[in-house]
Amino acid sequence: MNEFKKNVLIIFAHPALQKSRVNSKLIKYVNDMQGVTFHDLYEIYPDFHINVAKEQAQLLKHDIIVFHHPLFWFSVPALLKEWMDLVLEHMWAYGRKGSALKGKKLLSVITTGGRESLFSEKAYNRHPVKEFLYPVAQTAYICGMDYLPPFVVHGTHTITQEMIAAHGEDYKEIITALRDDTIDLEKAAEMPRLNSDMNDVLKGRKL
Amino acid sequence: MQGDGFFFQAFVYLTAAVVSVPIAKKAGLGSVLGYLLAGIIIGPFGLSFTGQGGQDVMHFAEFGVVMMLFLIGLELQPSLLWRLRGPILGMGGLQVGLSVALITSMAMLMGMTFKVSLAIGMTLALSSTAIVLQTLKEKSLMKTDAGQSSFAVLLFQDIAVIPMLAIMPLLASADLADTHIQAGHNGTVWIDGLPGWGHALAVIAVIAAIILAGMFLVRPFFRAIAKTQLRELFTAAALLLVIGIALLMSKVGLSPALGTFLAGVVLANSEYRHELEGDIEPFKGLLLGLFFIAVGSSIDFGLISSNPGQIGLIVGGLMCAKLVILLVLGRVFKMGNDQNILFAFSLAQGGEFAFVLFSFAVQNNVFSESLANPLIAAVAISMALTPLLLLVNEKVFQPRFGTKESESREADKIDEENPVIIAGFGNFGSIIGRLLRANDVSITVLEQDSDKVELLRKLGLKVFYGNAARHDLLHSAGAEKAKLLVLAVGDSEKNLEICNVARKHFPHLIIFARASGRSQAYELLDAGIDHVYRETLDTSLKAGIDVLRALGFRSYHAHRITKTFRLHDEESIDELRHLRHDQKKYIGHARQRIEDLEQLLLSELKEAHEHHDAGWDTVSMREEFGGKQADK
Repeated sequence: MNEFKKNVLIIFAHPALQKSRVNSKLIKYVNDMQGVTFHDLYEIYPDFHINVAKEQAQLLKHDIIVFHHPLFWFSVPALLKEWMDLVLEHMWAYGRKGSALKGKKLLSVITTGGRESLFSEKAYNRHPVKEFLYPVAQTAYICGMDYLPPFVVHGTHTITQEMIAAHGEDYKEIITALRDDTIDLEKAAEMPRLNSDMNDVLKGRKL
Repeated sequence: MQGDGFFFQAFVYLTAAVVSVPIAKKAGLGSVLGYLLAGIIIGPFGLSFTGQGGQDVMHFAEFGVVMMLFLIGLELQPSLLWRLRGPILGMGGLQVGLSVALITSMAMLMGMTFKVSLAIGMTLALSSTAIVLQTLKEKSLMKTDAGQSSFAVLLFQDIAVIPMLAIMPLLASADLADTHIQAGHNGTVWIDGLPGWGHALAVIAVIAAIILAGMFLVRPFFRAIAKTQLRELFTAAALLLVIGIALLMSKVGLSPALGTFLAGVVLANSEYRHELEGDIEPFKGLLLGLFFIAVGSSIDFGLISSNPGQIGLIVGGLMCAKLVILLVLGRVFKMGNDQNILFAFSLAQGGEFAFVLFSFAVQNNVFSESLANPLIAAVAISMALTPLLLLVNEKVFQPRFGTKESESREADKIDEENPVIIAGFGNFGSIIGRLLRANDVSITVLEQDSDKVELLRKLGLKVFYGNAARHDLLHSAGAEKAKLLVLAVGDSEKNLEICNVARKHFPHLIIFARASGRSQAYELLDAGIDHVYRETLDTSLKAGIDVLRALGFRSYHAHRITKTFRLHDEESIDELRHLRHDQKKYIGHARQRIEDLEQLLLSELKEAHEHHDAGWDTVSMREEFGGKQADK
């Protein structure tokens, strides 16, 4: 793993991957990349019995943490929430003596059924997608992590196979850039989502 | 004897066994037939190595039968024996009664007197415990309906020998010399001088003594022996136990086999059961083999060739009479067709007790040696024919009339290969099978119980009938194309056996094995199976959760701590397994189990201090953020 600038840990949470149209394809772009650990939570802890010590040890070995999941009721799937509750312990991840995750970066990679246009103050969902992720952003903040703008794939109910493939390529490119530290984080912070304009975010990307 | 004594004899017998048994097994004849052939080859009518020593060897080797019954007793818990009382008394009683009646009347038709006929009828009604049980065991048929019934009948016969020995002197001709000769193998009977009621009392007293000693004395005795940590002393003590009981039983005129069987049953629940089994087993195997060799070498081919018609008639008549009665019995007791045929073919021979009873009858002047000799030859032949008959049954009758090994399917139907093979469709396998079928995974089942096979086939399952440890059966079940093999047989040793065969011939199969307990799980893991399931683990943990809840634990808490416990237990399996290998000094199985348990309990104490689900705990947060307002 030392050959890469950063180690990436993708924590993937999907309770019914066998029914998934989009996520089942997206993960194929990243799940066997070098320097990237792909961690399929529902596959490893089908009984919700999370091995806290093991999870913490794994977090320590990585610089970039990715939460990859579909947005369920505007939040993370239950097992990822359980994971956050149990793994991000007081005195370890936060609190006076808790600084294990300080300086690491956290990225949410999410899919939503609704189209992007539904996520605004005037539209059906009444909030931009970023606002639904405040609980994760605040968790990152309390733990001293930098929370990146999310990588979002909208409109999964209507998306075509070509579009899924394009998102897959983008996903892979973002993860590669994070791993190789070739991402322009200042630019990225201004974006509503990390994949709004890939050319702006990726350093040295040819047009 | 031709050689120079004991060593030459031992050399001849062992060579015969070592050479002929593997050949017989390879040819699919089974070990019993191998031993018998070995006996014929080295006997007076083959290479003539054994001379007249054969008879002595036979008496000595009969002790193998005694040991076999001890081992069978060890595997039979008293409660199980009690449940078998119906078949033992009903089926056994009817078999003996009807066979005596039929054979006696056949003998009378041939012009013999009633007394002589009755003596012959009683003797020939008995079957051979040694040959039947050994053959059925080797074919793993003991657990089937036919196996259990055969066992019940044989047990009753062993008991029936006692009154037969008592009646025999009463059948003597008028000019008998009233010499009451012992029927057992050694010495004189102590209780000869006693009147009838005293005799009965002595017998009851001895049986009671065996049961009481088994319950109260044997354990402390073996505990003391085990403490010495001398392996051979334990073996000596085990042998002493068996020989002592056999001797005691002979002294009161009872069958030694019956006595050791009883002792085995009494000790079936004791913690030393497995050690006793392990210690006696090799002796039993060796002696039993010797016994079969002796039977083979005692077949008097001179007599047979001088009068082949007569002997053939006796053998044919004997076996046909017994077959008919057994077939009727099987029908009466509602056995399935092929179980019934197996049952009848298994028991349709004369037994080793016939040798004893016939010579006893001659000694008591019931009939002359010239009558006894052809009968003895006929019994020996019928015994030798039994393994052959079972082979014929397996190859000819079962495929035609019984449950088919595999179902014949229409040729045009494409035989799709199922990804999962389940060996054993009992409590364990059937649940896995149902789960898979409920989710549209097709399965192939290997099952040894023909009644179950018929049922499953009616329900449309693909079922193969027979011993799953046979590689040709696995082959026809589609093991080449299958992905997974689930070993769900109740007997862990059998699972291990199937596993070894499967790994040798079908190494691509991923194996999932059922284990009855921790030590069986260790063995399966040692054999290299990664997926091992202890059959009672999840159920007892589920019960544990309910107990915790009844004590007032919150449901989710109870679930979580139980899961933690389970994980810990699984980890410990691997740890302790390796620890076991490291232990240089020998410690007995039971001692080992206690030490395993000790290790487990100690590590659990350690575990109890570890923090569970600290993420939901607010103590440290109250300390940090609550300040002085935080209540203690």
